[in-house]
Amino acid sequence: MAEQRTPGARVAGLGADALAIVEAVGRAGIMLFHSVATVPNLRTALPLLARQIYAIGVLSLVIIIVAGLFIGMVLGLQLYRVLVDFGSEAALGQLIALTLNRELGPVVTALLFAGRAGSAVTAEIGLMKSTEQLSSMEMIGVDPLRRIVAPRFWAGVIAMPLLAMIFSSVAILGGWLVGVEWLGVYDGSYWSAMQNSVEFGEDIGNGIIKSLVFAAVCIWIAVFQGYDAEPTSEGISRATTRTVVYSSLAVLGLDFLLTAVMFKGF
Amino acid sequence: MTSSDSHVDIRGLHFSRGSRPIFAGVDIRIRRGLITAILGPSGTGKTTLLKLIGGQLRPDAGSVHVDGRDLAAMNRTELYAARARMGMLFQSGALFTDLSVYENVAFPLRAHTRLPESMLRDLVLMKLNAVGLRGARDLMPSELSGGMARRVALARAIALDPDLVMYDEPFAGQDPIAMGVLVKLIKTLNESVGVTSVIVSHDVPETLSIADYIYVISNAKVIGEGTPQQVMDSGSAEVRQFMRGEPDGPVPFHYPAAGYREDLLHG
Repeated sequence: MAEQRTPGARVAGLGADALAIVEAVGRAGIMLFHSVATVPNLRTALPLLARQIYAIGVLSLVIIIVAGLFIGMVLGLQLYRVLVDFGSEAALGQLIALTLNRELGPVVTALLFAGRAGSAVTAEIGLMKSTEQLSSMEMIGVDPLRRIVAPRFWAGVIAMPLLAMIFSSVAILGGWLVGVEWLGVYDGSYWSAMQNSVEFGEDIGNGIIKSLVFAAVCIWIAVFQGYDAEPTSEGISRATTRTVVYSSLAVLGLDFLLTAVMFKGF
Repeated sequence: MTSSDSHVDIRGLHFSRGSRPIFAGVDIRIRRGLITAILGPSGTGKTTLLKLIGGQLRPDAGSVHVDGRDLAAMNRTELYAARARMGMLFQSGALFTDLSVYENVAFPLRAHTRLPESMLRDLVLMKLNAVGLRGARDLMPSELSGGMARRVALARAIALDPDLVMYDEPFAGQDPIAMGVLVKLIKTLNESVGVTSVIVSHDVPETLSIADYIYVISNAKVIGEGTPQQVMDSGSAEVRQFMRGEPDGPVPFHYPAAGYREDLLHG
C-alpha cells in the first residue's frame, strides 16, 4: 500500500526537490566555470578539441543530412499542397527557407544533437567516472574539467551551429527536389523568392544565434549529467536519459523565448 | 620522531557520507620512505582515506598534511601541483581505455613535462620494463588481464617518480602469480627509490609480508597500530579477529536482526 503523506510532508518534499534542483544548477554552473574560465594550453588543447569536433560534429553528419533531406522533402510536399490552392506555389522556396533558417534548422538539429552526441558525451564521461578514470586523472595532477569537459563543451558549441547550417541547406535542397523536380514549381521562382525574402541578419543571423544558444545549453547539460552521474550502470543510464529529456525541453522552451524576442516585430 | 619523518600527517580526522560517519577522530602518521599499510574490513572507508590524502575529498573536521602542507588550505592549482608528486594505483587500474599501454604511461609525462619524444619514449619503456610489460606497449587496456592492467597502472603511477605512492587494494582479485609480482614490485620500488608507500588492503598475509607499519581501522576508528608483529600480537579482540580471519567475534557473523525463533514462528 502506498504510504500516506501528510500535507506538511508533501510541502516539505516539494521544497526539498526545489532545493535539489537549485543545488544541481549551482553545481553545473561551478563545473562549467572551472572548465571554460581558464587560459588553455593551445599545444594540448587544440588536438583534443579537433578530436572532439570529429566525435561530436563529424560523426553526427549522417543523421543531420538524412534528417534534413527528409524534413525538406516533407516541407516541400505539405507547403506546396497549401500554396497551390492560392496559386502561390512560387513562394515555396521563400517559405521553406524561412521556416528552416528561423526555426526548424536550429531546433531539429539541437534535438538530433541531444539524442546523438549529447547522450554519447554523457555516457562516455559517466563511464569514465565509474571506471575511476576521472579520479586517476585528478591524481595524476590533470584537471578532468579542462582535459575532458572543456574540449567537449567547446566542440559542441562550435559543431552545432555548423550542423544546423548544413541541416538547413540540405533541407532546402530536399524541398527543391520535391517542389521543383517532382511537383513542377518553376525553378527560378523557387530560388529568387528565397533570395528576395531571406534577410541575412534577421533570418540567418538569428538562426545562428539560436543554434549557438541551443548548442551551449545542450552540451552543458550533457557534460554535467555525465560528470555528475552516479557511477553505476543504472546511474549512467538515468543520466543519459536525463540528458536527452532536459536538452529537448530546454531547446523547445528557449526556442519560444528566443523567437518572442527576435521576431516580435513580425 | 621528528615531524620531518612524517610524509602524511592526519590529525583528528572526521568524515561522513550523509549521516554515516566514515572516520570519527582518526590519527594516522605515514612515515617517509616506509611502507605503511592501512588494514580493515571492507566498507571501512580505506579508499576514502586515500582520496582524503590525495585531496579529492575534504575532511569535515581535522587536518590532512602532506609534506607539512595542509591540503584543505591549498587552492585548485596548488592541489594539482601537489598531486603530481603523488602516485596512486587504483583498485580497477583505471587505465584510460582510449589510449594504448604506452600512451597511458606517457600520459603523466606529456601532461607535466615537455620532454622530447625520444627521451619520453625511453622513460616510458623504462617504467614498463620495471613492471615487466615493455613488450605489451602496443596493447590496448581491453587486451590486458587484470594483473597486467594493474602493473601498467603502477608504471603510470610512478611515471613522474613521485615521493608518495598509494595503493588501493593492490592484491584484491589477483591470482597468486600476479599477487606475488605486485608484492615484489611494491617492495622493490620502496627499497630502490625510497618512495613512501601507503597500502590499503584487506589481504592480511601479503600486506604483512611487506609492511613496515600497520594501522587497523574499523568502525570509523583506528583500533590498532604497530609493526606487523605488534599488530599480530595485539590484545584487542577486534584486531585479532580481523588479522586471523575468524568468522565470529566482536564483528558478528549475523547482521543485526530480530530473534531467529521469533522470526520463524511469527513471520
